[in-house]
Amino acid sequence: MKETQTIERKQESIVSATVISGAEAIVKCLLAEGVDVLYGYPGGAIMPVYDELYKYEAKIHHVLTRHEQGATHSAQGYARISGKVGVAMATSGPGATNLITGIADAQIDSTPMVCITGQVASHLLGSDAFQETDIVGISTPVTKWNHQITKASEIPEVIAKAFYIAKSGRPGPVLIDITKDAQIEKFDFEYKKCTGIRSYNPEPAVDAAAISQAAQLINAAKKPLVVWGQGVILGEAEEEFKAVIEKAGIPSAWTILGASALATKHPLNVGMVGMHGNYAPNVLTNECDLLIAIGMRFDDRVTGDLKKYAKQAKVIHFEIDPSEIDKNVKADVAVLGSAKQSLALLLPHLNINTHTEWHQKFKDLYAVEYEKVIKKDLYPTKEGLTMGEVIQEINLLTKGDAAIVSDVGQHQMIACRYSEFNKTKSNITSGGLGTMGFALPAAIGAKMAAPDRDVIAIIGDGGYQMTIQELGTIFQTKVPVKIVVLNNEFLGMVRQWQELFFDKRYASTELINPNFVAIAKGYHIEGQKVTKRSELKGAVAEMMACDGAYFLEVCVEKQGNVFPMIPTGASVSDMRLS
Amino acid sequence: MSKKTNTYTVSVYTENNIGLLNRISAIFQRRHFNIESLNSSLSEIEGVSRFTIVVEMTEEQIKKIIGQIEKQVEVIKAYYHRDEDTIYQESCLFKIKSDLLFEERQIQNIIKESNARIVTVNKEYFVLEKSGRRIEIELLHRELSAFGILQFTRSGRIAVTKEPMEISQKLASIKQ
Ligand SMILES: Cc1ncc(C[n+]2csc(CCOP(=O)(O)OP(=O)(O)O)c2C)c(N)n1
Repeated sequence: MKETQTIERKQESIVSATVISGAEAIVKCLLAEGVDVLYGYPGGAIMPVYDELYKYEAKIHHVLTRHEQGATHSAQGYARISGKVGVAMATSGPGATNLITGIADAQIDSTPMVCITGQVASHLLGSDAFQETDIVGISTPVTKWNHQITKASEIPEVIAKAFYIAKSGRPGPVLIDITKDAQIEKFDFEYKKCTGIRSYNPEPAVDAAAISQAAQLINAAKKPLVVWGQGVILGEAEEEFKAVIEKAGIPSAWTILGASALATKHPLNVGMVGMHGNYAPNVLTNECDLLIAIGMRFDDRVTGDLKKYAKQAKVIHFEIDPSEIDKNVKADVAVLGSAKQSLALLLPHLNINTHTEWHQKFKDLYAVEYEKVIKKDLYPTKEGLTMGEVIQEINLLTKGDAAIVSDVGQHQMIACRYSEFNKTKSNITSGGLGTMGFALPAAIGAKMAAPDRDVIAIIGDGGYQMTIQELGTIFQTKVPVKIVVLNNEFLGMVRQWQELFFDKRYASTELINPNFVAIAKGYHIEGQKVTKRSELKGAVAEMMACDGAYFLEVCVEKQGNVFPMIPTGASVSDMRLS
Repeated sequence: MSKKTNTYTVSVYTENNIGLLNRISAIFQRRHFNIESLNSSLSEIEGVSRFTIVVEMTEEQIKKIIGQIEKQVEVIKAYYHRDEDTIYQESCLFKIKSDLLFEERQIQNIIKESNARIVTVNKEYFVLEKSGRRIEIELLHRELSAFGILQFTRSGRIAVTKEPMEISQKLASIKQ
């Protein structure tokens, strides 16, 4: 299969010049880049391309989402689970502006995505024409690169660049805006993949001196701690990463986007760092003598107060993006380059170690967190279902093999804290932007990219209603995603902050919700609502056994809180357990 | 690192692209840094543009800004320099009533002493050009203000560095 694909692709690229329209060229470019599915919504300025998509239906699957934001999140879900570039398409004006949230999300979470927008004809640019909007201007701060095409002949080169830029180095979103006349114009089409741009150095070469300095620090450390991020996943460095931490025996913690790069049950996996992460890695960040950051960017949700963050420790920062070095935390040794290459070079320099005593500290603090928080979350005895027990039930059934797509809020923190992962690229969530409404459309894209995997969306009753219309996409495409809405009848995370920091003034956080099961049924999606603990196991089993899409609403306690927690502005070691 | 702010001249070598000005200025705007001046022109290398940007900030801040600028796909290389590391100039134009040139002897002396240059003269007005450091231009402006200035404009700073830039070597090392 793969082989025939490459042969096909090669043929594409040496196809002798043929005269075709810009619109057809766009589709041919997508095919040449190996795109098998894209997400979008038609309209006037992009209609020539849709007309070509109609003709190429057998080769490329266009998924009509119910909103352009949904198209971007689906493309993101597709990219996050597969590592391939996700593609979204929209018309000019409102179609294009509706993409912005997803583009911003992809930018901050380094997700490879190419967005193609139609634009008014070039002679109308700047005239406030119908559905004209300066999408290149609007998207500039939230794209890795963007470009407007006004001539058909520019299409192959620009699209080739778009895919190259989106995927290489630190990935990100690229937007290509194409005027309608460029779509209609005919030209000699020839496609060549982009392999380099002189002003752009996506993967800095690894410096051998930095590697040996890093190795020296690691070999000398008594209490080393690794914090890894999505860089390990984006760089496909999971194996190298595991080899490094196993050899040096280093307890390793993950950022929310780094989750699943190392199996949850791996003995060196000490949990999540950050605001609602695990107690041990947060507290011990301020006790380690060496902090080894790998493919992570010291986000404020991870570090808490920077002035009190790991001040006692030396810091090694493995990073592909030079602008991240010293941005938030000063590195004693910076190793620039891809995680895969850097870690492979590091491995032979490391001494075998176990750090048994140091590990014990993590176990001790885990025991504290277990008693105070985890036990109550996962095995509650009082009335009212917890979000944690729902995740636990899913774990028991999927055995960690499912991909979990979470939305934003309390359920997200619970899903990330407690979901079990055996496989990389399994935790798909909006980390940097925290975009409510992400999960439902992202799950669609994820399931389409990985049809053999169980894809389960975990969503709050608030965020669900931000992109609920994508149930229509699920119904129409029959994509068998599992949807779990954890209904607390509140914008739970905001309510939690109001309870803790605003004297329980619950301003605009209570939700009067519709009959969610009826809505799912309206879209011909099977489903049920669970209100009692005794019904939970059976309902989850029924969901997982269902061949098609399934909707499960679980009514959870209304005023549950997520702990532990590092209050904003506090230090990681001042994490609250209640 | 010191919290003291300095004036920095930033030189950015880029591919020639219309959108890039937006991208670069947004980097400053987002962090609430005021751009004192920004100039864009050709550079010594064919097909490569050069931005010269003057800003005031701490060294820690300028380092981060340079990182963000270099991160842009079409930026080849960015440098920052202190005033003492560069040769820099600004340029300005004064439009003044022609009568004054003949009625006020003093003006002719000012022009001579300031090394300003008369670009054009006609019956109604003459235009004076002066290049130099900011203080020299400000001094000239003060002196001429007394007589009345019809129009005044000053350019942003342009600068070259005392040390070699090494941008050409960098470009040569990248295979096209
Ligand atoms: C688009 C968007 N708007 C607002 C917010 C702020 N916000 C963060 S969490 C949250 C509450 C989410 O409520 P819900 O979806 O019900 O999930 P829960 O926290 O109850 O699990 C809100 C409003 C956001 N993250 N995204």
